[in-house]
Amino acid sequence: MRREGGDKVTGRARYTDDLVVPGAWYGKTVRSTIPHGSVRSITFDPAFDWSKVVVVTAQDIPGANVVQLIRDDQPALSAGQIRHREEPILLVAAPTRATVAAAAAAIHIEYDALEPVFDIDLATETYSTIEIIKGDVDAALRGVDVVVERTFKVGLQEQLYIEPQGAIAIPESGGAIRIIGSLQCPYYVHRALKRALKLTDEQAIVVQAETGGGFGGKEEYPSIVAIHAALLARKAGRPVRLIYDRHEDLAATTKRHPGVIRHRTAVRRDGTLVAQDIEIVLDGGAYCTLTPVVLSRAAIHAAGPYACPNVRIRARAVATNTPPNGAFRGFGAPQSLFAAELMVEHVAERLGISSLDLRKKWMLRVGDTTATGQKLTESVSSDLVLDAALKAAGPAQPPNRPTARRGRGLSLVYHGSGFTGSGEKKLGGKVAVEASADGRFTVLTASTEIGQGTKTIFCQLAADALGVGMDKVVVAPQDTSLVPDSGPTVASRTAMIVGGLIHEAAVELREKLAKRRPPQWPLRVEKTYVQPDRIHWDDQTYRGDAYPVYAWACTIVDVEVDMLTGEVRVVDLVSAVDCGKAIHPVMAEGQIEGGMLQAVGWATIEEIKMKEGGYQNDRLATYLIPTALDAPRIRTILVENPYSGGPFGAKGIGELPMDGPAPAIIAAIHDATGVWLDEVPATPEKVLAACNSR
Amino acid sequence: MQFTLNGTTVSLDVVGTRRLLDVLREDLNVTGTKEGCGEGECGACSVLIDGQVVNSCLVAAGQVDGCDVLTVEGLAWGDDRLSRLQQMFIERGAAQCGICTPGMLLAAHALLEQNPRPSEDEVRTGLAGNLCRCTGYTKIIDAVLQCRR
Repeated sequence: MRREGGDKVTGRARYTDDLVVPGAWYGKTVRSTIPHGSVRSITFDPAFDWSKVVVVTAQDIPGANVVQLIRDDQPALSAGQIRHREEPILLVAAPTRATVAAAAAAIHIEYDALEPVFDIDLATETYSTIEIIKGDVDAALRGVDVVVERTFKVGLQEQLYIEPQGAIAIPESGGAIRIIGSLQCPYYVHRALKRALKLTDEQAIVVQAETGGGFGGKEEYPSIVAIHAALLARKAGRPVRLIYDRHEDLAATTKRHPGVIRHRTAVRRDGTLVAQDIEIVLDGGAYCTLTPVVLSRAAIHAAGPYACPNVRIRARAVATNTPPNGAFRGFGAPQSLFAAELMVEHVAERLGISSLDLRKKWMLRVGDTTATGQKLTESVSSDLVLDAALKAAGPAQPPNRPTARRGRGLSLVYHGSGFTGSGEKKLGGKVAVEASADGRFTVLTASTEIGQGTKTIFCQLAADALGVGMDKVVVAPQDTSLVPDSGPTVASRTAMIVGGLIHEAAVELREKLAKRRPPQWPLRVEKTYVQPDRIHWDDQTYRGDAYPVYAWACTIVDVEVDMLTGEVRVVDLVSAVDCGKAIHPVMAEGQIEGGMLQAVGWATIEEIKMKEGGYQNDRLATYLIPTALDAPRIRTILVENPYSGGPFGAKGIGELPMDGPAPAIIAAIHDATGVWLDEVPATPEKVLAACNSR
Repeated sequence: MQFTLNGTTVSLDVVGTRRLLDVLREDLNVTGTKEGCGEGECGACSVLIDGQVVNSCLVAAGQVDGCDVLTVEGLAWGDDRLSRLQQMFIERGAAQCGICTPGMLLAAHALLEQNPRPSEDEVRTGLAGNLCRCTGYTKIIDAVLQCRR
């Protein structure tokens, strides 16, 4: 049973905008209307009574004008330079929404425009490059039987958590500022707040409110919302609510990185895989955000779950003048796996053999090495998930509608659990478990519940280790003044890494309690993550164990393509998933199904068209996500192949479901119509154009 | 103005053109009803007015004068006696992040009142105005199907 389920079904759960904070003003962000240039002048309409409001500019920032993340390139507020549409320039706050809207409308900004760059081929600035080399691709390409080349394109995607971004900043005694917000990573916000507001560890207090979805969208962006709310609260000397509406959220916040992926695959006539030569270019947008890390995951997953002796992956992320792209479930892997999986289809078609047979011939098994040279030693589930999905899919059906053609596609993907390479080691995530005198236990962690059921599985893991009922265990609030830094709630790491730490801490606590009565309560056991010695990774060469382990999925999709309208409907979706061990099967299935549908949306209807550096699809009326009517009945088959390093064998599950559906859908469209799209989203206009140009 | 909210009569002196959503959330502090888009696309603000599902972001408060309004807070029988639909939402994993849940519950409640034995397709149609980004809908639909009479 879900821990916080009761509050969520009765309306008692308090999300940021539900919180009543006496005396709070309303904040608003004034943003640029051009994609590139500089601010020439800012005029405050003298007809407006400015004494009723507060206005914050870059000059009001007490610390560094930086949104702390990887690079220090993104200012909290523009200091004059404009690098993208919707870039924050000023902040205003007022006692009422009407007044703050009127104040924002009474500010006139003039610009000196510069030529923007939107085309990744014309971009001159690079955020990062990665090269992964295995064997000798050039040598392997000489004299090989068959070389297949294709180029794939992937589009922007909005996370579309149903609760928009928002934070409330409350000034407290001693110069402290409390942030209560919708966020995934309290300590990211904590660090950003300290830096920009020049606060000590104790003066910056970050508390997660109930959070209405994240999907990566609330990994790094909440730092900006929090800094803005804090600046306004500091200047106003009172609490300020900064809650985005949907339009602002869609227009201004981060999206999934779009990009282009080129593949050259060399094979022998019998299908033997000889070489993969892959080039990835991702569009990072106007500031770096998490782009180098997204690129890293894209590159590491780019060869797909296949064993190839010669691999070259060259990846780069470039700067353009669109709003910055950032974290989104899958973090680059959906993009590169989309290309890798379709490449199997293209090679199979060229050779005249089935893509299923080709996958079985190529796929990684225990003892094989990946593109980074990682030898897979356990919990490798290619055969398991493939067999389970094929068994469940059943025979193909005729189309339901006379104008439609039906087709089937399959994909096989794997996704690394936890941070890449030495990431977990550098991070050193911490948790604590406490026992009180009354026989109750508290789990202290900064890992957040954003819908996945974190609190429930943490209680399960702790209760199991302590040998008590789940009702004896509570999870402390995600408040940086109370809980240690467990690392961010991202990267499919929460159950496997943080859950594992909680389990370890609880085991130790039980042992201590069994020995003797503690001299004082509460009795606390803290644990810091220590990377197992067997994991070796070299950040310079990109060689070694990229992830402790991988989760696996085979997805089979049936689509109907309406030959008159070009509309693609996913009518059946079966996915066999190996997450090691499903700690809570119902919640694991739910997370998988939601991720699958998010991927269906990316592959079919979620399209963002650009106009002068802004998104045309900036409302829910124009940015469409799947409804209950669009969604197929998603069938999840949990295949459990335990991992020795996870709690009860668990591996990460959060991102994997985002990887499989898109390539399977494109393969199914080809099966139905005979045309290859090689890009997502496969919108009706693209499908019709492809069919007509045949 | 006066209306019935979750079985209790409320009298208010408010500008009739304000959104029902804001009056519920801000004047009455009934915050289970959520704002997801503010333009009637997402259904997070769904409430029932005389048994009909509406987006409370598109309804002027004055329009509910004399009406019977049901929000998520009115679904349970008292503090701890959840309705069968609420129980099934918890049991079947139909609530993940929970932000769409109040609206989803009300749309499902209205559907079951009007059609006590809906088919899966009828459930999908009945919930088509309520967006969920977490579940893929399968678990929500299963929860509603469990409540067929």
